[in-house]
Amino acid sequence: MNNEKKATRQSYGEALLELGKENPNIVVLDSDLAGATKTELFKKAFPERFFDMGIAEQDMISTAAGLATCGKIPYASTFAVFAAGRAYDQIRSSVCYPKNNVKVCATHSGITVGEDGATHQMIEDISMMRTLPNMKVFCPSDDIQTKWLIKEISKYNGPAYVRLCRLESPIIYDKSQKFEIGKAVQIGNGKDATVFATGIMVSEAIKAKEELEKREIYIRVVDVHTIKPIDEEIIIKCAKETKKLISIEDHNIIGGLGSAIAEVLTEKLPQRLIRLGIKDEFGKSGKAEELMKYFHITAEDIVKTI
Amino acid sequence: MKITDIEELKKIANNVRINIINEVFNGKSGHPGGSLSCADILTVLYFNQMNISSKEPNAKQRDRFVLSKGHASPALYAVLAEKGYFSKKELVTFRNIKSKLQGHPDMNKVLGVDMTTGSLGQGLSVANGMAMASKINKDGFRVYCLLGDGEIEEGQIWEAAMTSAHYKLDNLCVIIDNNNLQIDGEIENVMNPYPIDEKFKSFNFEVITINGHDIKDIVEAFNKARQIKGKPTVIIAKTIKGKGVSFMENQADWHGKTLNEEQYKQAINELERN
Repeated sequence: MNNEKKATRQSYGEALLELGKENPNIVVLDSDLAGATKTELFKKAFPERFFDMGIAEQDMISTAAGLATCGKIPYASTFAVFAAGRAYDQIRSSVCYPKNNVKVCATHSGITVGEDGATHQMIEDISMMRTLPNMKVFCPSDDIQTKWLIKEISKYNGPAYVRLCRLESPIIYDKSQKFEIGKAVQIGNGKDATVFATGIMVSEAIKAKEELEKREIYIRVVDVHTIKPIDEEIIIKCAKETKKLISIEDHNIIGGLGSAIAEVLTEKLPQRLIRLGIKDEFGKSGKAEELMKYFHITAEDIVKTI
Repeated sequence: MKITDIEELKKIANNVRINIINEVFNGKSGHPGGSLSCADILTVLYFNQMNISSKEPNAKQRDRFVLSKGHASPALYAVLAEKGYFSKKELVTFRNIKSKLQGHPDMNKVLGVDMTTGSLGQGLSVANGMAMASKINKDGFRVYCLLGDGEIEEGQIWEAAMTSAHYKLDNLCVIIDNNNLQIDGEIENVMNPYPIDEKFKSFNFEVITINGHDIKDIVEAFNKARQIKGKPTVIIAKTIKGKGVSFMENQADWHGKTLNEEQYKQAINELERN
């Protein structure tokens, strides 16, 4: 992990631009938020393949489905609260049930949206999206992984939900790092505990790991970038190899990463899991860093839990 | 091959109605009223207007049809079977657990179905997406979308209507099956969408109003829509729910229920006399 920071929404915009150059079937739709979701980079380069749908997210998702039925690969973007929430039935009926090749890329997820407050802080989307048959759910942790993911999802024919962040976060990986859909990344080999983290929380978990090392406590971090299909193998392996299991997410603890892991443990290897995340309440206004402390989803909270 | 003879089209439409009754009777459920009201429109689309072939059901440049009011699936299946996309024998399996003929159309199960529908209000947006794809690729195909008159109470329809006009989708033709009835009663009593023509005019559509059971009227309206450039067209088809079966006509009660043995015999008798 280096000191350079970048928001995954920015990485998304840059990746889309590259993908647009490589694949003429890529089209992008946005709901009046191209500046914030960073699809404006694609818009400027390929105006004939970019559709501003106005402030109408439901229309955007179903339109994307129509484009997909004709062989296009639509990436549809808006804030997570409007994508997964407002357009839920469109994602369900027009995208997932017919298996249409629509990539829903939602930025501004979680309480780290900050000052806009609860109405704009989506903490239920992982839960809602992973319950949809045919949907794959992703939450990349840094710039390198996001750029890989945005390209990778264009290679399979079917729905995707990608959860992106507004807040800048550290770049974790080297450019040479290899990723695979459905395979979580294990960072470290510590046996004292496993911290399963996703998205912006991965860098917090790594900070906690470094802090704990100073105290001679050795943990491992598992970056779960694919929440569905979940990597059962690594969950079982870590449950066997480490003394304590913790999950952390910028999401409601109901239905999110922690729940997905608990489901695997319950069936395969029953074991205690401590879930860190938003404890079933709405967010609030404030600076992102202040809110992370308020909701107890920082490196410090991980250290305390261990 | 396109059929232009009006009498022949009428005969096919009548067969489509018989198919609809057979589906709903054998399936022991379904939506006969709104299927019968759009039978003439679908017949003209599939036998006179659309550039399609059951031999090449996935041809890239074929015209597309979106049945946004997906509950009228019996009408779509009836037309597709008449057109040879699958055997007419399969129609009696409608809604059966082993059947590909789902309660609402599934594009992955039935050849000829261009989009899965069922949750009202989404089809026009999908049709817009298809029309956009046609324009980007310069494929030149046309897109047709059938909406229910009750369905236009859904807000997404008006989001989509803005999009159709904003992107000047003149390769899109929307048809409203204006049978004036929805589940709970007359549309103006449940949630009045009138004046429908003025609404679409103000959304920058070309508006054509016709008798949705006059085959000649329907053919001419679609031909006129082809000539409109720079904006989408909506055809408001005045129809009768349950059209062709005397005891079903104009009865909201026949929106979504099946027929008993006696009713079935009477319906088939009436239709076979035509």
